[in-house]
Amino acid sequence: MLSRTADHLYWMARYMERAENIARILDVNHRMSMMPQSRIQEEQAWGATLRIMGLEAAFHQRYAEITPDNVLEFMIFDQDNLSSIRNCLRAARENAHAVRGTLTSELWETTNGTWLKMRDFTQEAFADAGAGEFFEWVKYRSHLSRGVTIGTMLQDEALRFIRIGTFLERADNTARILDVKYQLLLPAGEVEGGAADYYQWSALLRSVSAFEVYRKVYRDLITPARVAELLLLRVDMPRSLARCLKEVYTNLQRVRNAQSAETERQAGELEATLRFGRIDDIVRGGLHNYVIRMLARTQELGNRIADDFLVPVS
Amino acid sequence: MTIKNFYNEMKDEAGQVRPHYASYAAWLSEMPEERLAQKRAEADALFHRHGITFAVYGEGAGTERLIPFDIIPRIIPASEWKTLESGLRQRVKALNLFIHDIYHGQEILKAGHIPADQVLNNAQYRKVMQGVDVPRGIYAHIAGVDVVRAGAGEYYVLEDNLRVPSGVSYMMENRKMMMRLFPRLFSRYRVAPVDRYPDMLLNMLRSVAPTGVTDPTVVVLTPGAYNSAYFEHAFLAQQMGVELVEGQDMFVKDEQVFMRTTQGPQRVDVIYRRVDDDFLDPLAFRPDSVLGVPGILGAYQAGRVTLSNAIGSGVADDKSIYPYVPEMVRFYLGEEPILHNVPTYMCRKKDDLAYVLDHLAELVVKEVHGAGGYGMLVGPAATKAEVEVFREILIKHPERYIAQPTLALSACPTFVESGVAPRHIDLRPFVLSGEEIQLVSGGLTRVALRDGSLVVNSSQGGGTKDTWVLEA
Repeated sequence: MLSRTADHLYWMARYMERAENIARILDVNHRMSMMPQSRIQEEQAWGATLRIMGLEAAFHQRYAEITPDNVLEFMIFDQDNLSSIRNCLRAARENAHAVRGTLTSELWETTNGTWLKMRDFTQEAFADAGAGEFFEWVKYRSHLSRGVTIGTMLQDEALRFIRIGTFLERADNTARILDVKYQLLLPAGEVEGGAADYYQWSALLRSVSAFEVYRKVYRDLITPARVAELLLLRVDMPRSLARCLKEVYTNLQRVRNAQSAETERQAGELEATLRFGRIDDIVRGGLHNYVIRMLARTQELGNRIADDFLVPVS
Repeated sequence: MTIKNFYNEMKDEAGQVRPHYASYAAWLSEMPEERLAQKRAEADALFHRHGITFAVYGEGAGTERLIPFDIIPRIIPASEWKTLESGLRQRVKALNLFIHDIYHGQEILKAGHIPADQVLNNAQYRKVMQGVDVPRGIYAHIAGVDVVRAGAGEYYVLEDNLRVPSGVSYMMENRKMMMRLFPRLFSRYRVAPVDRYPDMLLNMLRSVAPTGVTDPTVVVLTPGAYNSAYFEHAFLAQQMGVELVEGQDMFVKDEQVFMRTTQGPQRVDVIYRRVDDDFLDPLAFRPDSVLGVPGILGAYQAGRVTLSNAIGSGVADDKSIYPYVPEMVRFYLGEEPILHNVPTYMCRKKDDLAYVLDHLAELVVKEVHGAGGYGMLVGPAATKAEVEVFREILIKHPERYIAQPTLALSACPTFVESGVAPRHIDLRPFVLSGEEIQLVSGGLTRVALRDGSLVVNSSQGGGTKDTWVLEA
């Protein structure tokens, strides 16, 4: 298929996944804000959210104070914030529109429908409906997109690049969520936290739909190390880094071309690192360092994929 | 302004329903109003959901709008279509022979039938095409010939469109919509299908591939998603199962055209291009164009790639050349034209100009190089002041205008705010020329939605109808 077409499909998928992940991140904070919190804790939590997305500086250019309302407005509705949920859904739709002919009509209508609803969603309606309901809606529209994709798209290159986009974005976002939350909850490299942290860790787990999953896998206390293991190394956890990289690697193998051998090798290497990693080693070496390295390698992989198949990121 | 004495497609002068509309009229009268209203709303919602839109210029950049679709079909009896079809085939055949001629022997100019400077100095005449041979000698592979009915019901050709004529996607979507909304109507009537068009188009494109290419790669070249007809470009590419490309997706190497794919460069043989000549090659035409492919003209002249429609086809659909088309039929085919032109005054001719200035308030005056219904004067609809303003412009540059009598275009019943009322229509059939000349039965019927308006162009708020050619 045309490189530009594959590029649009890839970005359509990435933006949809990004919107879902932002909704998840904001949802965590939203839930946490219903717990007793000091003003400082509240500011830290919402500030951490901005840091996850690398948007702290952009936020402070437009807003004076970190308050829940400001951050929500910035991350959901702000038209100048390229990563606001609104803009992500719009970018997903614009990319889909550019390659409509490659999508099944169901997938196009789903993506278009999501955008039309978001476009007409006013801040008043948001205040009425409530943040929780809105985040649910975003998540479910993303689930729907994925379901329609898997359910209707021919299993050809188009689908492969959509999956590569989805899982690269998810890997990136999961790594960020884990890193920032870890830093927030375990400053100065502590290993264990207090009882009150239970809610923090479980909120983190819920944000990646892993709360029940954790219970099933560990059947025990929530500990930071296990949360990290679940999110990094458990390949049976759909949102883990291991799973994401496995999907990226598998799909890369299926679309290989004359020049992608090195990219494929790097993806495989990354996948194997996660597959055979041990959480104790990771924690000992410093989780933060590990995640930062993973993030960098994931981004590098994204750039290589663009060069080999899509429109080079210049 | 109302045109009196127009031909009504559904009813004759005595108010009797014409035979081919009888069944429909009966069906319409039986349908409860609310049900019809509901169907119309359904059509709206479906068109929106499918994103079948058109970007209207002058309404804020990138605004997408629905082209209004009217659910009352325009019905054409089989016998009428038969005559229309032969006339269209004849006309398009002659036009292609003309274009070939003016880029080769120029016989028609030597015979003095058309002033040479009108062709050779025409802005659409491309010197780079002189002597260039194209597959099968065909230039206008796709022709959209706008036809109107006037007076007592005779058909006239209003204009030829050889430069990327559009509208065929709406023709197909309208039919799909009608079949979805009113399936029972299609058992009352045997309506000739139109869904074969993409097949026919693909076959035609493949049949004009460069010589020696056995399995040609066909692509549709679009300016991109912000072009007003993008929906159609994407639609046709998908229906034909070929790639939709933009200029940036292709490059020329060793006079061969390639497109960039995920598996590496792939050769391109036939390009159905929806990009104007001027923007096709920044090395040959407009250097500021980002829509084209540098060096594509070289590949084209070397016969390594086919462009549809050919570069330089536009000279034949120019309004200054239009008056000579009947002569082309006589000259190249030795036949009398089956389809007639609208009587046309060429303001560059002194006598014609004199007549036009004398009768300005009665005539429709059009820019020779205009399009889309802009830059024209509809005399009877204009105020005295507007007419005088136009008179000044006309006197300054008479060579830029042609004039035609105000045609009483036929009207077809259409849903308007006050109910069902006649609105003026035209018809654009699409003629494909490859190994053979083919048409789908019907075409796009455009309707002027404002009472009394004669301007049907979608860019100015016109709508469309489904066109039913009945099978004999």
